[in-house]
Amino acid sequence: MSEAGKVWALHLGLLGLLFALQFVLPAYHHGNLARVMVLASFAVGYNLMFGYTGLLSLGHAMFFAAGMYGMGLAMRHLGWTPGPALIAGVLSGVVLALVVGALALRTVGVGFMIVTLMFAQAVYLVALYFGEWTRGDEGFVIQQAERVMMGLDLSQPGPRYFVAFVLFSACMLLSLRVMQSGFGKVLIAIRENEERARMLGYNVFRHKLGAVALSGGIAAAAGAFYGLLFGYVGATFATTQYSILPLLWVLLGGAGTILGPFVGTLFAFYLIDISSGFTTAHMLVVGVVLVALALFARQGIVGELRARLWRWLP
Amino acid sequence: MSLLSTQGLTKAFGGLTAVSDVDFELPQGEIRALIGPNGAGKTTFVGLLCGRMAPSAGTVRFDGQDISRLAAHERIRLGIAYTFQITSVFARLSAHENVALAVRRRGGDAVREVPEALQRVGLRDRAGDLAGDLSYGHQRLLEIAMGLAQKPRLLILDEPTQGLADSEIDAFCALVRGLAPETTVLLIEHNMSVVMRVAQKITVLNFGAVLAEGAPEVVQADPAVQAAYLGGVEA
Repeated sequence: MSEAGKVWALHLGLLGLLFALQFVLPAYHHGNLARVMVLASFAVGYNLMFGYTGLLSLGHAMFFAAGMYGMGLAMRHLGWTPGPALIAGVLSGVVLALVVGALALRTVGVGFMIVTLMFAQAVYLVALYFGEWTRGDEGFVIQQAERVMMGLDLSQPGPRYFVAFVLFSACMLLSLRVMQSGFGKVLIAIRENEERARMLGYNVFRHKLGAVALSGGIAAAAGAFYGLLFGYVGATFATTQYSILPLLWVLLGGAGTILGPFVGTLFAFYLIDISSGFTTAHMLVVGVVLVALALFARQGIVGELRARLWRWLP
Repeated sequence: MSLLSTQGLTKAFGGLTAVSDVDFELPQGEIRALIGPNGAGKTTFVGLLCGRMAPSAGTVRFDGQDISRLAAHERIRLGIAYTFQITSVFARLSAHENVALAVRRRGGDAVREVPEALQRVGLRDRAGDLAGDLSYGHQRLLEIAMGLAQKPRLLILDEPTQGLADSEIDAFCALVRGLAPETTVLLIEHNMSVVMRVAQKITVLNFGAVLAEGAPEVVQADPAVQAAYLGGVEA
């Protein structure tokens, strides 16, 4: 099989497997996997910036939250239906990403990390400040009756899994297509050697801004769907924790790989889930595993697979 | 008609003036060598030409257009290609992808043109290798292939033969001579035998200013040049 054939077979194969699993998984894992797929979509967005473009953001919670609030506030205060509200969520994320990107991309390296961290903190504080509308930390619930889209009751496990699956498929295939395109290859070139890319005539700033917008848009889509599927919108999702998590998932799974975000999110989710079944000190177990991975699998799970076995992995 | 010209080009780093009030003309189709002792300001000068740094004073014109205010990538898009003095390839990408990035930027067909460009520098059979795994000399050649693949109107080569074997230097000289007159070449070079073989004209920089300019034999015979540079090298 050609390399392109293998790439498509593997990625479509994973999607086929995820689709089929909804019919066989027990209820508990069925619910988990739906959640993992939405969070993995968040990680897919993060990976486009961090893994492929080499831009380490410490503020991606702001895009997740922008999507969630864009969707949630439109439903709560404007009475929008889920479809338009989701679009509002994604657009909120893209616009925020363009604004933050235009300013933050004037810095590099540690400066970029700090500026994105500060912007995310500002977004979190804005959500608290306008508590009258957002209900701040407490958040608000989206009623079951409102969570119906195209005849699907999203509060039910079956439709919820299916919609999470569609979201994840769309995000993963989008990231695969982008990274196979000329635009994506320039992003990799910028990650590898920014000055060289510039001296080949590429507008580095514009490409980076495009990556930030795309990454922010995908993160916002994940946030919007998360709020809708699980029926809750709150400022917790704008905290620093939700900026660190996608970084962690991507590092675990393999930065700069298409499958890494999903593998990392799944791994981290079940690592916590399983270890907390044995001990209340489960974070200790998680910490030890993370240290071990950092020592012995620096490129993450899929990254190591690529380095050792399948060099054709995108 | 000059393809490239500068007027009063100056670059100061604090108290040090690396390039001082340089007026420079490079006609279309010429192969020009830029020589001078270490620290003469050669790399700074070409850095100003292609926009890697901003001048303290003066203007740069390319093909009749004032490009002094343009960003580096905009100048490259006008048809200037620059190969780095310190090898700067995409080390973790294949040799093929390195050149393909250069081809795709101007909308070229990578499948056809990348093997051609690699062939011209003798690296065609290394296309699949990671650029970082190539020997230093081969990385230099890859840089040149990336320059050629841009099909530039002006190719600036910053010490391209450093680290090349003698046979590779011969091939390089033939390659550069074959570029004229379609491509104008500005060559920074320390290897005087290369300069004498390929350059139609030489500009000598010393302490950031033009010390001499003219045909290779004339410049080589210039006592001031010998004192500043050639004498020092041959001694």
